[in-house]
Amino acid sequence: VSEPTRTSPEGTGPATDPDVTDVPASWTRLHPLSPVIAFGRTIGVVLVFIVPRLATQSSDAAGLGVEVGILLLGVLAGIVSWLVTRWRVSGSELQIETGLLRRQSIRLPLARVQAIDLDRPLLARVFGLAELRVQVAGSGSGRGRLAYLPEQEAIRVRAQLLALASGLHAETPAPAAHLLFRVDNTRLVVSSLLGTPTVALVALLVASVVLGVVSGSAAVAVSLLPAVVAVGALLWRRLNSEFSLTVAEAPDGLRVDGGLLGTRHETVPLPRVQAVRWVEPLLWRPFGWCRLEIDVAQQRSSRRGQDSPAFPDRALLPVGTAGQARTVLARVFPGVDPYRALESRPPARARFKAPLAYPNFGVWSDDRYIVTGSGRFRRRLAIVPLGKVQSLRVVQGPYARLLRLSTLHVDLVGRRWHAAAHSRDAEEAEAMWPALAERARRARRGPR
Amino acid sequence: MSQPSGGDGQVDDAPTSHPSPRLWVARQALFALVAVPVLLAAGLLSGFLAPAVVTGVLLVALLVVAAVVWAGLRGRYRSWSYREREDDLIVSRGLLVRRLSVVPYGRMQFLDVTAGPIDRWFGLATVQLHTAAATSDARIPGLPLVEARRLRDRLAALGEARGAGL
Repeated sequence: VSEPTRTSPEGTGPATDPDVTDVPASWTRLHPLSPVIAFGRTIGVVLVFIVPRLATQSSDAAGLGVEVGILLLGVLAGIVSWLVTRWRVSGSELQIETGLLRRQSIRLPLARVQAIDLDRPLLARVFGLAELRVQVAGSGSGRGRLAYLPEQEAIRVRAQLLALASGLHAETPAPAAHLLFRVDNTRLVVSSLLGTPTVALVALLVASVVLGVVSGSAAVAVSLLPAVVAVGALLWRRLNSEFSLTVAEAPDGLRVDGGLLGTRHETVPLPRVQAVRWVEPLLWRPFGWCRLEIDVAQQRSSRRGQDSPAFPDRALLPVGTAGQARTVLARVFPGVDPYRALESRPPARARFKAPLAYPNFGVWSDDRYIVTGSGRFRRRLAIVPLGKVQSLRVVQGPYARLLRLSTLHVDLVGRRWHAAAHSRDAEEAEAMWPALAERARRARRGPR
Repeated sequence: MSQPSGGDGQVDDAPTSHPSPRLWVARQALFALVAVPVLLAAGLLSGFLAPAVVTGVLLVALLVVAAVVWAGLRGRYRSWSYREREDDLIVSRGLLVRRLSVVPYGRMQFLDVTAGPIDRWFGLATVQLHTAAATSDARIPGLPLVEARRLRDRLAALGEARGAGL
């Protein structure tokens, strides 16, 4: 089983490049600075408490002792976790062993890889390190994490893993990528400001100013401070991850790079894409902008906050014109025009059930894809390859039955993504599901 | 794969099956287990504390509620049906909210056969299909144990034969 992957057949060129063969087939440790970066945030927080205390020369030695103790414990835990963690690439698996008391041995079969990300948080960037995250379906990203590796090594390992994942030889050099899209940063900033959080904040501010004037006190305005901070943090997080984002196409998948202080570098093999969502928030529509989100069937990263609905799904195109979105979409799912879905609206009586969302409802499908529309203020068009459909459901509530409407749900891997042809005519839905089931069956069998 | 080939299309002549009538007996038993004590307690309490008219009205009202719940349960029991088609399992259910689930055998990740205490008393079991999607909800309650075992084995075999990657 432990046959190293480096043994290459004679005459394959890459052997001349010594760097490529550097990917360890024997157990390797992470970079020694890893604990410093992993606990960097904690250390920072503790320092915030300690430094003022030292500065004020207060004689609270016990309190100081506790904090220094916590700091030391953190450092010790980091060092231990670094000592007990090792990894290697063996055969077609990435193997990670970790844990002191509870030993964990992780085997990631590379043929199942959904995506490989290269993350560079600010602190890691300072030290020239990067985190490699291997995503397989259904796992949190915590399982396939290599944090941290030297940047060059991380890039090499990524190339090797991707080659293995697509069934090529391990030493196949990373293929050249062809740039598809580069986000316009001005537009990114403007479009973030046009999102729901900012609008809510502005509404709150206006309300508080009015209230403040009426009541003659500034207390209301002060109480809004947490909201301002929260919205600021949200916007910052989005900008930080999507700034200067580029999408490039390579034979092994789409490359998504971006970030302001911390950068990330994702590679999504195209056959692993489960669905794409085309999103148009209400305030973006006058500008003709839209956003593309991509589903690769992984659960959200275990990092703080990313599970919240406020943190958007993996963006393929943070903001762009419809034309740009079409260019990128054509690479992922060729031959799909999502707007076709809006041409087939549910019957007009569906307005009684969903007055606000009605204009965004619609469904379109051919032999390979189904596109459904939904959303009240944010128009969301979900594009799903029929070969990825897990199951179908037709649901009709009492009110819908009164209106002779049913909704056809298309279930996708995981719990976050889901597409639905809302409020169709009951008879149409009754005719639609057998046809869809049949097409999905053919798409599963047929060539990808 | 784009041109429809008539030959290998699904023949939709699979017979419709229903849960065992014993499921209805079990549901009624459970219902009686709750309804009878409530009726008795309400009747006795009211009989001792309130005038006869109030007791009468109360009992009639409770009986009406019980009858409506009973009818609802009956409707729900009768709404369950499933069909084993060539490539997928169709389960439909629901009285107020009608649901129909289509789960291709090739998409099945695992199968659950469960039997609660009352189910076991009546020799029944529930078969549930799980796909990789959290929203899939194909479940068939009230199957006689033999049928549940047959269905489980058949679905498992079909799932293996038609399995597809994610």
